[in-house]
Parts: sequence; C-alpha cells; structure tokens
Amino acid sequence: MAQGDYMDEHKKKYGRRFDHDERERKKKARDVHKHSKMAQKSIGIKGKMIAKKNYSEKALMKRTLKMHEESLSRRKADENVDEGALPAYLIDREKTSRAKVLSNTIKQKRKEKAGKWEVPLPKVRPVAEEEMFRVIRSGKRKTKQWKRMVTKATFVGPGFTRKPPKYERFIRPSGLRFTKAHVTHPELKCTFCLEIIGIKKNPNGPMYTSLGVMTRGTIIEVNVSELGLVTPSGKVVWGKYAQVTNNPELDGCINAVLLV
Amino acid sequence: MTMATNEAGMGNTVMCLLTDPEGTHLGSAMYIPQSAGPLQLTQLVNNFLNNEEKLPYSFYVSDEELLVPVGTYLEKNNVSVENVLKIVYQQQAVFRIRPVNRCSQTIAGHAEAVLCVSFSPDGKQLASGSGDTTVRLWDLNTETPLFTCKGHRNWVLSVAWSPDGKHLVSGSKSGEICCWNTKKGELDGSPLTGHKKWITGISWEPVHLSSPCRRFVTSSKDGDARIWDVTLKKSLICLSGHTLAVTCVKWGGDGIIYTGSQDCTIKMWETTQGKLIRELKGHGHWVNSLALSTEYVLRTGAFDHTGRQYPQNEEMKKALERYNKTKGDSPERLVSGSDDFTMFLWEPSVSKQPKKRLTGHQQLVNHVYFSPDGKWIASASFDRSVRLWNGITGQFVTAFRGHVGPVYQVSWSADSRMLLSGSKDSTLKIWEIRTKTLKQDLPGHADEVFAVDWSPDGEKVVSGGKDRVLKLWKG
Repeated sequence: MAQGDYMDEHKKKYGRRFDHDERERKKKARDVHKHSKMAQKSIGIKGKMIAKKNYSEKALMKRTLKMHEESLSRRKADENVDEGALPAYLIDREKTSRAKVLSNTIKQKRKEKAGKWEVPLPKVRPVAEEEMFRVIRSGKRKTKQWKRMVTKATFVGPGFTRKPPKYERFIRPSGLRFTKAHVTHPELKCTFCLEIIGIKKNPNGPMYTSLGVMTRGTIIEVNVSELGLVTPSGKVVWGKYAQVTNNPELDGCINAVLLV
Repeated sequence: MTMATNEAGMGNTVMCLLTDPEGTHLGSAMYIPQSAGPLQLTQLVNNFLNNEEKLPYSFYVSDEELLVPVGTYLEKNNVSVENVLKIVYQQQAVFRIRPVNRCSQTIAGHAEAVLCVSFSPDGKQLASGSGDTTVRLWDLNTETPLFTCKGHRNWVLSVAWSPDGKHLVSGSKSGEICCWNTKKGELDGSPLTGHKKWITGISWEPVHLSSPCRRFVTSSKDGDARIWDVTLKKSLICLSGHTLAVTCVKWGGDGIIYTGSQDCTIKMWETTQGKLIRELKGHGHWVNSLALSTEYVLRTGAFDHTGRQYPQNEEMKKALERYNKTKGDSPERLVSGSDDFTMFLWEPSVSKQPKKRLTGHQQLVNHVYFSPDGKWIASASFDRSVRLWNGITGQFVTAFRGHVGPVYQVSWSADSRMLLSGSKDSTLKIWEIRTKTLKQDLPGHADEVFAVDWSPDGEKVVSGGKDRVLKLWKG
C-alpha cells in the first residue's frame, strides 16, 4: 500500500464510524444548500463558471426527463412516404443490385443532341515534350539520341507486341502500363474497378492519344458491362467514356469519373 | 372423311388418331392422305365435332406444332408410317389480336414510379397506382389523364377492377384499402383498415358466383388475407393461418380462395366462414405468384371479344357460360411460382399432391400466368428468360430469351397467340407463341418497367415503370 493511504488503511483495519452513512447522507443533503449559497454570492469569473455548469446540468436533466416521458407515452407514428417506390414483389427483396441502375435522365439526351460532353476537368496543365519523354541514347558509343521513353502511364492494347529495337522509337515501359481504372459513377456515388478499352482523347495532343498516354484529363473508354447499364432500347451498354482525374504516373493507379 | 376414304386407295396414307389436349380420342384411328395439312385436318375436326360455325384449330404431334402436310412431317422427322400417328388438336381463338408495335402515347402525370396498372374487364377504362400515393384513371380515347384519386397515405401497390367493371379498389403500403368511384374519380367511403402491413394482392369474387360484385379478398404482408364487402365497406372474414407474409391471393371459379405465402405453403379457404380446406406443400422457398387456368375469364367476367354489354341479370349467366367453356371437363388447375426457382402445377380440387414440378429456371420465378384459353403457362423469372409450358401437362415448351435484365411481369393477349413481358432492362417484348420467337421489341421506357397489362379487348397495351410515365402501345 502506498505511503499516503493511511485513511484507507485505517478504514480497513478498524472499519468506519457507526454513524458514517448517516453523516454522509446529511452532508449530501446540506451540500445542495451550500452549493446554491456559493452560486449566489460568487461574482466574477468564478460566478460565471458556476452558472455555466449549473445551466448545462439543468439542461441535461431536462432532456433526460423528456426522453423518459416520451418512451412512456404512446403516440401514433406518422409514416412518411419514402422515395424510390417499389412494386409489392420487390419490397422484400434485397436492394443491393439497385445501386447499379443507370438513372437515365433527360439531361443525358440533351447532351447527346448537343454532341458535346461537359467534362469534369475542363482544363488541364499542358505537358511539355521534355516532361513526357526521356531521351534514350543508343548505338555502340551511345551517341544516337532518337529513342524516347514515355514517362507517363500508358494503356497498351492486349494484342500489342513490341517492335524490333531498331524501329522502336517510343518505348512504353511495362511498369507504367495499366489495364484497369477505378471509375466513379457521379450520380450513384460509387466506384467500380473497370477494364480500360481504349484511349479516346488525350488533351495534350493527338500523338499522345495514339500512344495511349494517360495523363490527368484524358478521356478513356471503359468496359461498363458489369454495371448492368441499359440503353433506352434495352441493350446492355458495354463501353462508356470516363475522364482521368488523378496523375497516374505519380499515384500508381488510375482514378476516373464516368461521363453520363 | 369422304376425302380420307377417297384417297385411301392411293397408298400415300397414314394411320392417324386425333385427340384433344386432355387425351380424349376423337373417333377411332383412321387413314388420312399424307398430303393433308393443318387446313384439311381443321375441316376434318370441324366435321367430326359437328361444329356449325367453322372454328380454327392447330395441331400438335409430340408437342410440336404441325405446320406442313403430314407426309412432309413424316419424312422430315423419320417417323414410321406403320405406327398410329397421334395428333393433338387445340382450338384457337376465333378472333385475332393485332400485335402492338408502336408507342401511341407517353403520359406523364405520376410524380413517382408507377407500381401497378390495370385495364378494366371491358378494356374501356384504365387505372394505375403509383409511389406518389395516388391512383390515376386515364381516358383511353384521348389518352390523357382523367382523374387523380387521392386518399392513400403511402405507395399504392395494387389496383383491381371488379369483373363487372363497376368497382375499383386499391391497396397501399400502409395497409389500407380504398374503393373508388370511377365515374367521378372520388373516394367511395372512407379507406378500409384492418391490415397491419402492406397489401400484396387483391382478387375479386368471380361474377358467375355472385352478381353484382360485392366481395373481394386482399392479401397482406402481415400474414393475413381478408375478405371485404364493397357495399358494406367492412371486413367480413379474416383468413389467418399463414405464419409469414401472404404474397398473392386468387379467388377461384369454384368459390375457393387460394393464398400463397412466404412460409412456402399454399392454402385453400372456403369463403362463407373462412375455414381452411387444404394446404398445398411442396415449395422449398417463398411462393411468389399463383395463377389459375381460368384466371383470365374470371377477370373479364361476362365481357368477351365481341365487346357486348350485358344487362345485370344476364351477366351472371353469360359469365358462367364463358367460365364453363374455358374450364372444359377438367378441374381447375393452379400453378405456383416460387423463390426456389421452380413452379408446381396443382389440381387442387383433386389432390394435395402436385401434378407436376416445372423445373428449368435458373433464378427465382417472379410471375406466372395462364393463357386465356388455359393451354399455356408463361413464367417470368429473374434469370432474364420467359418460359412457356404446356398448361395441361406442365411440359416445358420453350424459353424466350432476349431480355438483358430480370423479367418482372408477363401478360397474355386475349387470343392466347401472343405474350407480353416487361423487364428491368426498360423494354417490353412481345413473343409469338406459334413460332416461339420474338415478335416485337418495344423500347421506350427510360428505366425499369414495373407493370404491364394487355387490355382484354386487345387494342392496347399499357406499361408503367420507374421513369414515372405511363406508356400506351398500339397495333
């Protein structure tokens, strides 16, 4: 036992006074009056502190009382009409598949008519050629400088084979090749890992598009067949465009947002 | 017959036996020329049956429709000429319904998804229930909204017309039933309460059992079915016994109520005192949907393809006549579709045991429906197919594939020659029974199609879904 616990020790050895409980009760009963007297006569910061504490205690007490009252009294619950009505045969079913439905709105049709997509990232930072490519020296004396290595993330089609070194002007390193992208559906607010089908457009230039370079702002085509989206004529949509929203070469993954 | 005997000497004959779908022979086996096709056979059957009006028939050899002369069929399928060829004849509807192929109107109006649609038995009125808590009545001539009926407090899950076309009732998610005055579009009396949870189905008493229509039965999620009186505006009997939600209810032509439930059983009830008669067990999971072989004629009552109106006193007689004609000599058949991916065909008045188990679906069966003549069963399933079964034996006939999403509902044309299906993939498709192919694809909805109905007079098809519009389709 610690040195200073002489009170505890005494209690253990000899027990309490016989009138201990009575005294405690009286002390507690008097404490309220004492506290109120204190609260009334304190001024300044001390008074404010006491007042604040009293106030919060009182508010808490009132809240608990009200809660108890509510749980006792019986009232008719007014049912709210929920959004997203379902027929009787679907109410009991799990709603997991529902998140994947395309909310096919008029907005989309209007956009299609205009032939222009408003993309989430309208402007991109221009990427200079020096940043995009690294010169590779070749030749026996390493004097030739016509080879370039792409330093950004790329998409390379599944049937691609590299050209012989003599003809391979642009090298796309396999470490920076991607086949999948994390695509977010902006309306459903959920993200899917989808296969990339191709590069639609790289805003930095047509050459980058044909090379399959993916930088921030690039429009890629992704395979959405597993989302179960349906065209108005009832066919399954399988390719949809998405825009890259991160810097894949820095992050090591591709994040994109679906254009709907 | 004369034709048969005349050409018998030519050698190119085959021994045939004509039977009706139930297996009763028509005369004895006879020699008919191999050049005889469906046309000649039709004449023959009409002669044998002494039909005054010539009725159209179709012919089936081992469940395959005979479309070519008998001889050609024998050659093609290498059937022995020595055996007796069994030909099943089936009567076809004397009228033809034109297939719908275009959307005649898209009517906006509902503020939430359309959950149920229903044509009145005479095909002249249309009601729809929606998630915006209203029932709407539509003018079919101008294809415009007629009345908006407000009264429910929650989603309207089912609407049902009485078979005499005079009453309309609807059930909601909060469990109340509303009766509507269809002439004025007003609430007829206050909503009927009694069910504690949402209404899953409504079925009217057939008009040949009582005319004018008064009683109907509702099923609810709370595990009860209730019989109501529309004139007294009160609940007569509460049919309780199911331990889980009742998913569907049908009032049979013999005056028996069938209820299917999530507790995997189908129960049969007597209607005067609400006693349980029989319990049909067999399913391994929820029973989703029930259909009766006479359901279509019970729904339409006295109204047939001629579009004639009958006075009150004749209505019952005419309905009974139509009912007996559809039913034939065999007992009423019941088919139930379930979450265990199978369906059962029952003859509930004969035995407690199922007549046949219909297997083949790879996902749950959401909706089953007998064709108006009772010869086919169509089933809609979440495995994206609609399957067609023989309505008498329960044999699998064909699967209609084409939908890319779960199929929610099916509906028959009144002549049983075409089938309509609505799906989650936002399209409706019309299938032709004779050729067993897709007849028409009806795209147009912007989202899931929840409810479809083919009007009993065959003129129109209505569909409603999650995109909140009602579409009318025409031929």
